[in-house]
Amino acid sequence: MEIVMAFVCGFLFMAAVYLILSRSLLRIIIGTGLLSHGAHLLILTMGGLGGESPPVLADGVTDYADPLPQALILTAIVISFGVTAFFLVLAYRAYQELGTDDTSLMKGSDEDD
Amino acid sequence: MQVLAIFIPVIVAIALPFLFKKIRAIHTGWFVLIVPVALFLYYLTFINDTKDGLSAISKLEWIPSLDIAFTSYIDGLSLLFSLLITGIGSLVVLYSIFYLDKTKEKLHNFYIYLLMFMTAMLGVVQSDHVITLYLFWELTSISSFLLIAYWSDRDASRFGALKSMMITVAGGLLMLGGLLLLAMMGGSFSIRELIAAGDLSQGNYFTLALVLILLGAFTKSAQFPFYIWLPDAMEAPTPVSAYLHSATMVKAGIYLVARMTPVFAVSDVWIWLVAGVGILTLTWGSLFAAKQTDLKAILAFSTVSQLGLIMSLLGVSAMAFHVEDAAGTIFKYAGFAAIFHLINHATFKGGLFMIAGIVDHETGTRDIRKLGGLMSIMPISFTVALIGSLSMAGVPLLNGFLSKEMFLTAMLSVMEFDLFNFETFGVLFPVLAFIASVFTFVYSCYFVGHTFLGKYKPESLPQKAHEAPIGMLISPIILAALVIIIFWIPNTVGEWLIKPAVMAVQPFLYTSPAEVMVEVSAWHGFNTELQMTLGIIILGLLLFMTLAKWQKAYAIWPRKLTLNSLYDFVIFAIFERGTENFSKLYMTNSIRRYLIYMFGAIIVMVIGTLFIKDAFVVDWDSGSPIAAYEITLIAVLVIGTLTALFGKSRITSIIGLGAVGYTVALFFVIFNAPDLALTQLVIETISVALFLLAFYHLPKLGRVEERVRFQLGRAIISVGVGVMVTLIALSAHSQKLVDSISSYYKETVYSLAGGGNIVNVILVDYRGFDTMFEIAVLAIAGMGIFSMIKLRMGKEKKNESQ
Repeated sequence: MEIVMAFVCGFLFMAAVYLILSRSLLRIIIGTGLLSHGAHLLILTMGGLGGESPPVLADGVTDYADPLPQALILTAIVISFGVTAFFLVLAYRAYQELGTDDTSLMKGSDEDD
Repeated sequence: MQVLAIFIPVIVAIALPFLFKKIRAIHTGWFVLIVPVALFLYYLTFINDTKDGLSAISKLEWIPSLDIAFTSYIDGLSLLFSLLITGIGSLVVLYSIFYLDKTKEKLHNFYIYLLMFMTAMLGVVQSDHVITLYLFWELTSISSFLLIAYWSDRDASRFGALKSMMITVAGGLLMLGGLLLLAMMGGSFSIRELIAAGDLSQGNYFTLALVLILLGAFTKSAQFPFYIWLPDAMEAPTPVSAYLHSATMVKAGIYLVARMTPVFAVSDVWIWLVAGVGILTLTWGSLFAAKQTDLKAILAFSTVSQLGLIMSLLGVSAMAFHVEDAAGTIFKYAGFAAIFHLINHATFKGGLFMIAGIVDHETGTRDIRKLGGLMSIMPISFTVALIGSLSMAGVPLLNGFLSKEMFLTAMLSVMEFDLFNFETFGVLFPVLAFIASVFTFVYSCYFVGHTFLGKYKPESLPQKAHEAPIGMLISPIILAALVIIIFWIPNTVGEWLIKPAVMAVQPFLYTSPAEVMVEVSAWHGFNTELQMTLGIIILGLLLFMTLAKWQKAYAIWPRKLTLNSLYDFVIFAIFERGTENFSKLYMTNSIRRYLIYMFGAIIVMVIGTLFIKDAFVVDWDSGSPIAAYEITLIAVLVIGTLTALFGKSRITSIIGLGAVGYTVALFFVIFNAPDLALTQLVIETISVALFLLAFYHLPKLGRVEERVRFQLGRAIISVGVGVMVTLIALSAHSQKLVDSISSYYKETVYSLAGGGNIVNVILVDYRGFDTMFEIAVLAIAGMGIFSMIKLRMGKEKKNESQ
């Protein structure tokens, strides 16, 4: 399963980078969303997918899933949400101010240097 | 004390801005003057020791772990230069007090640079350690740069400053390479120890080190073809030209060659390069000096030429190494003549520069075509200029005559040298020396004759000419007096200053100054040298009389084929425009392109490391089993991703992303991560809601036409990143190098933290601070979002302007 998941993560990263390299701000934000999903699955897979039960202490259970990656991912999920929300509002404001969501039109001119 | 003396000027410089600001009534130069005068008197006390061949050494640790120290080593050669630096320095500072107006000029800047230079120059000539020698060497270039650009609002000043900096610093860097190679071969950073180490010529890099060090010396001492910076450096205030670009800094190269002669004299490359480049520079400089129309440009080319003369003498002095019992033959003269002429040049050229400055100051122009007939108006200046010029031309009863005679003797001796092809080409040296001397005579007469003699042209002068104030004349008068005095007491000067210095240049000949058996006398009988001098004077006078007729011949040479246009081409066409175009090639102002660079770099580094370190391993067998519903989930995830990727409308893409998010939540469920699944579900729901809100405001996804090349690069980069992540995941899964630290949490979660849900306990207890900062990040993001929505900076401004 881990090997299959390795390919799934690679696929998610690929799609995410492709979207991040587009012109439209909305696509870029969707790309970052996919990127965080890929990263979360990658961390989970790296810890090993074995484990009979969730990492919650219970009588008679010895084979818990690895708690450490889960703790990391929990943090990462929240942060990525914050980033996504921030990006969305940034895109919204940029569109309002500049009248475009095309990054290739947003680049500064030589006079700004 | 001895090593600290080097730093006194720069320490005093710290106080100058306050003196300049607080005490405006007194010219700042008067405070500065104390420094070189005191140091000059201090260095005079060393003469007693060095005259007997002794030396003094003093050390100040700088970086002990690298064995780098400021070491002040004063022997005859160092002392001679130190006296020149402080002596001429005193006269120049005195002169500058009258030259620079205390109400108009930024005096504090000027004197800080000047004192900085003084420290740097003293450091160069006293350093025994090659690294500190290099440090001070470059510091002279930097202070020279600042002084040339002193009137920084003039284009020519900035151009000249940059040019001198480019050439001398580049040479300095090459020299550093040479010095390091030499230190490596000799096993020591100390110049004394390198000299004592004996024959290093068997070292692998001996010739390379030699050439590199010479490049440093040639660029600094304005030798052919690097001299081109010196005429442009004349944009500096005249006191600077007199000091740095005639008497001291340009002689740093001479010093280095003299100092290194004992190490390199064994090499024929050294002798040919130093003597050959020297005599070529001498001839070239003298030929072009007669072409110039600017007083200071004449003197600049004359300085180039005279530096070449000293350089060629140093080259010839190395020949004595190869001659048996050279101390008793004709070969003994070159070393002595080099040092002697060095002193003489400082006296007469320093005075001439000051006169050029006076003429500029009192008439408002330095253009020799507008000048003339100033003799009756400026009689004292005329006398000083006459003495200096005639000494430079080598006319009897002045010190230049003595050293010029010895120079001719040394050049004649080259013909007797029968090694390294000198038996064939050696005859070139006296011939070139003769030609150069004729032209030296011509431009000396040109300088005085066209400025002070001839017809007075008041209508072409910007201001009414009058004699300079007496304060300005003191320094040139002192120098002119020295020119005459040295003629009468050459052997006293020889005993006190020259012979100890010669001993440092030619330690293979002499062990004490007393062994230098060179007596200077004005009359040797009617020998070859005197006949040559007579020839020079007669021919020179003839050429001077007909100057107006042949001076036009210089214009024949096309401007495009000069070294200056080569420099301009290299600096402006290659460096400035070339690098600018190169930068523009990849700095396209497109953030996507920059992202591609970054992703590309990461791919190359990571995949490269994987394969170079042979870290890629796949273990197909390990891992948990695959269940059927997992395959279904993967299929949903892939479809969701593809939808997000290729969705033609915004809503499809957003739904695709949502599908991926919920599938990930389901993955968390089957992989025994209930907390993650819960969080992911909540977050994903809010995210999709947010996206839909933004959907309302953001424009439709356009079908923008991309250039095919960019699309291809984009596809390659994304596939590359995907492959990289997969490879890392596979390798990381297949080889566990260290045990997981998770077992620690599993074992201690109840005993240490008293909790049952391990993930939650890690977050709030073990890694409590992480969670706190995570909350802080969220709070910051929230504030950012709030301010972006609520604050309307741009619109407020618009309202105000309406």
